[in-house]
Amino acid sequence: MKMDVGIVGYGVYIPRYRIKTEEIAKVWGDDAGSIKNSLLIYEKTVPALDEDTATIAVESARNAVQHARINPKEIGSIYVGSESHPYVVKPTSTIVAAAIDAVPDMTAADYEFACKAGTAAIQTTMGLVKSGMIKYGMAVGADTSQGKPGDALEYTASAGGAAYIIGKDNLIARILDTYSYTTDTPDFWRREGQEFPSHGARFTGQPAYFKHVIEAAKEIMKRNNLKPEDFDYAVFHQPNGKFPLKAAEILGIEKKRLETGLLTPYIGNTYSGSTMLGLARILDDAVSGDRVLAVSYGSGAGSDAFIIEVTKENEKRRNSKPLKAYMDRKEYVEYSTYAKFKGKIKGVKLEKP
Amino acid sequence: MSRGVAVHWRLIPQRYNLVGTECKNCGEKFFPLRQLCPNCRRSGDVREVKYSGEGEIYSYTIVHTPSEGFEFMKPYVIGVIKLVEGPFITAQIVDCKPEDLEIGKKVELVFRKVIADGSNGIIRYGYKFKLKE
Amino acid sequence: MSGRVAIIGIGITEFGELWDQRYRDLITKAGTKAIIDAGIEGEDIEGLYIGSMSPGLFSGQEHIGALVADYSGLIGIPAVRVEGACASGSLALREAYLAIKSGEMDIVVAGGVEKMTDVSASYATVTLMGAGDQEWETFKGATFPSIYALMARRHMFEYGTTIEQISQVAVKSHDNACLNPNAQFPFRVTLDQVMRSSLIADPLRLLHCSPLSDGAAAVVLASEEKAKELSKNPVWIRASSTATDTLALHDRKSLSRMDSTILAAGKAYKKAGIKPKDIEFAEVHDCFSIAEILAIEGLGFCGIGEGGRLTEGGDTALDGRIPINTSGGLKGKGHPVGATGIAQAVEATLQLRGDAGKRQVKDARLGLIHNVGGSGATTVIHILEVD
Repeated sequence: MKMDVGIVGYGVYIPRYRIKTEEIAKVWGDDAGSIKNSLLIYEKTVPALDEDTATIAVESARNAVQHARINPKEIGSIYVGSESHPYVVKPTSTIVAAAIDAVPDMTAADYEFACKAGTAAIQTTMGLVKSGMIKYGMAVGADTSQGKPGDALEYTASAGGAAYIIGKDNLIARILDTYSYTTDTPDFWRREGQEFPSHGARFTGQPAYFKHVIEAAKEIMKRNNLKPEDFDYAVFHQPNGKFPLKAAEILGIEKKRLETGLLTPYIGNTYSGSTMLGLARILDDAVSGDRVLAVSYGSGAGSDAFIIEVTKENEKRRNSKPLKAYMDRKEYVEYSTYAKFKGKIKGVKLEKP
Repeated sequence: MSRGVAVHWRLIPQRYNLVGTECKNCGEKFFPLRQLCPNCRRSGDVREVKYSGEGEIYSYTIVHTPSEGFEFMKPYVIGVIKLVEGPFITAQIVDCKPEDLEIGKKVELVFRKVIADGSNGIIRYGYKFKLKE
Repeated sequence: MSGRVAIIGIGITEFGELWDQRYRDLITKAGTKAIIDAGIEGEDIEGLYIGSMSPGLFSGQEHIGALVADYSGLIGIPAVRVEGACASGSLALREAYLAIKSGEMDIVVAGGVEKMTDVSASYATVTLMGAGDQEWETFKGATFPSIYALMARRHMFEYGTTIEQISQVAVKSHDNACLNPNAQFPFRVTLDQVMRSSLIADPLRLLHCSPLSDGAAAVVLASEEKAKELSKNPVWIRASSTATDTLALHDRKSLSRMDSTILAAGKAYKKAGIKPKDIEFAEVHDCFSIAEILAIEGLGFCGIGEGGRLTEGGDTALDGRIPINTSGGLKGKGHPVGATGIAQAVEATLQLRGDAGKRQVKDARLGLIHNVGGSGATTVIHILEVD
C-alpha cells in the first residue's frame, strides 16, 4: 500500500556566537589558510554557557511546532538524536516533550548514532506514522559537540539542531523513500566516561564516510529509478566543507545542487544536526515539485538516505524562522570566551556548589 | 543548598512554559501560578493559563556580583519583563550586550539552562528572554 | 491597657567584620549594655524578643530565643525569635511593644542580631535573597543589589533621578558615620569615589550598597508606670505600625515607590496624630542608596519622585531640614540585618535623649525609624518622642 508520509513542519536553531578558524588556528599554531583550504571551514557556532543539546533541541522543536501549526498534544512520539545528551541517563526527549507541552500521551526516547542519530529518528517516526500508531511524531537532531583541544575536530565541532514533525497530512514535503546502509566500522568513537571522542584520522574518509554515503545514495537512486540529474538539491552529512563536495563529485551530482544545503563552512559541523539543518536550509528555499536527495552519515557506521519531494504547502506556509536568519545574526567571540563557554577552562560551570 | 529534585520538578510547567493563573471572576492574570486570586480571594475562581512569552523590558540591571552558582555567567542581565498578557516576571535576558538594552524594548521567550545542582545533580532548565529580532 | 510604652535602656555593639566574636557573644553584649543602661536587673525582665533574619543559614543555629535566654543568664523567661528578613529587628521591637501594650508584661527586652561574615560573600548573597522570592527571583540569579537596581533604573526612568543624586545618599551617610563611634565605615567618600566604585548591579555600585556586617543591638521597653518609676529619660513609642506588600518585586503595582512604606507611614502618622513635616529626624532603611530615596518619598518628607532632588539639595544632611540617618545609616554604620531595626531605635533614643554627641540633631523631640524587609515586602515604622 502506497501512503504519503512526510514533513508537516520543521524548525531550526543555532547559537548566536561564532568563532573564526583564524582564532582557533592562532592558539594551536596552525596555519589558518591551509585549514580553511583543506577543511573548507571559515567559522563555527559556539553555544553560550547556558546552552546545551536540550536547550537547542527545545528551541528547534518549538519552531517546528509553530511551523507545523499543529496542537502539540497530537504529537505521539519524540526522539532526540545526539552524541552530547546533557545526561548519560535521563532522556533529553522528555525535556523537549515537556517544553513543547506534548506530554503525557506519547512515547519518547533518546537516540545515539554519532552524526546520524537524528535521521534515524526520522526513519523510526516514519514507521510509527505509516503504521497508524501515531498521528504526528517529532524527530530532533541536536548537538553541542566537542573536539579535543588542538585536534582538527576543534575547527569544525559546533552546536545546532533541527526538529522535524512527521505526519501524513498537510505535508510541506513528501518523503518518497528512505534507505540505510549500515556496517560495523570503527572510524570515530567516544568511550563511556571519556570527555572527548577519538577517531581513526584518515580512516574516517574512504572506508567510512565516503563508502557509506555513496553506497546509500547509489542504492536509493537505483531503487527509485532516479539519476543524479533528477534532483534539484542534494545534502550530505558535512563533517567539514570538503567531504560532501567530494562525495557529490564521485556520485556525479553537480556542485550547484549541493551549495544551498552546504552549511559547515559557515556554522561548523553540528553533528546530529548537520544533515537535518542542511535539509532545512534547502526547504527554506525550495518550491513545489523540487526533489531533494538527503544522505546522512553516522560514524560507526551508517548512512540514511532520503528522497524528498516538496509540495505546494511549503510555499503556502514558509517557515517564519528560516535558518538564514539564524546564520545572519551572529557575534564573534575570542578563543578565551569560546573556551569558557564550552567548559574547556577547568572549574567553569553553571551550578550550585 | 541543593534541595530535593521535586522542588524543581513540580514547577516544570511554569518554568518551561510560563503557565500562570487567570481569575475567572475579575479576569486578572498572574504569574507564577496562585491558588487564590489576591483580588477576589474566596469569591474568585482561578484557572491555569499559558503565556505567549512575548513582552517588553520594564526594568533591567547588569549583575556584576553574582549569586552563588552564577559566577561564570557574569556579567548577566536580570530584567523585569512585562508580558503582553499583563503579568510581570523576573528573568535573565541573554544573548545581548548591555548597551543594547533599553526600557520598552521587545523581548521573547527562550529556553535555557538556569543552574545545575552541582556536577551530579539535576540540571534545572527554564525561561529566559532575548531581545526580539 | 492603654498606657504608653517607653524605651528605658539601649545597648549596641560595634558593627563590622568581627572575626573573634560569635553570634551569642554579640547579642549577649548588646543585651547586657541595654540592661545596665536601663538600671534594671535580669530578674526584672519578663520577656525577650530577638530579631534575626537567618542564623540558620549564616551560622547553622536556630532556636534563637532559648539560646539568647541561656547565654544572658535568663533561663526560664519567655523568649521568641522574630523574623521578617531585614525588618526582623523592628518586628521584634514591635512584638515587645505589643506585649507591654496588651498588659501581659511590664518590662521586655527587644534585641536584634546577625553574624554574616562566617560564610562566603556569594553564600551570603544567596542567603539574603531568602528575603526575596526563592522560586521566581533567586532561582533566576537575582541578587538583592540587582533587585534594588531594577527599582533604581525605574526611578531614574520615571522621575529623571540621576546617579549623582543617588550617590549623594552614600556621601551623606559616610559623613554621618564619621561621627558614630560604632560605625563600620567611619570615613568620608566623595561623589566621584561613589560613582567610580566598582559596579555591583548596574546602575548600583559598591558604594551604593550596605555591607555584610556582624553586630547586635538591644533595647529595654517598659510600661508607662514602670518607665516613670525606673527611668529619668524615657523615650516614648508614640506609634508602631507595619505593612506588607508582595514578596516578589515584579508583582508590585510600581517598582519606583515602596507601597508598604507608604501604607505603614499612613497608619503611623494617623496613630500619632501628626504629619510628616512634624518629624524632626529619621533613621531609614538605606540598604542601597536608592532605598533611602524611596523611603523619604514613602514617608512623605517630599513628593514621590522628588527624593533625589531633596537629597541633592542637602535637606537630608545632618544640618538639613530633615536629617536622615544621622547614625550613618545602613551604608555607613553597617547592616547586620537582624540588628538593624533595633540599632535604629538605639540611634533615635540617643538623639531624643540629647546624647548623640557630634551628630546630635538640635533639640530633637520627635523622630521616626523605618525598617524594610526584602525589597519592600515588609515595612515597620516606629515614631519616638520625649515629653
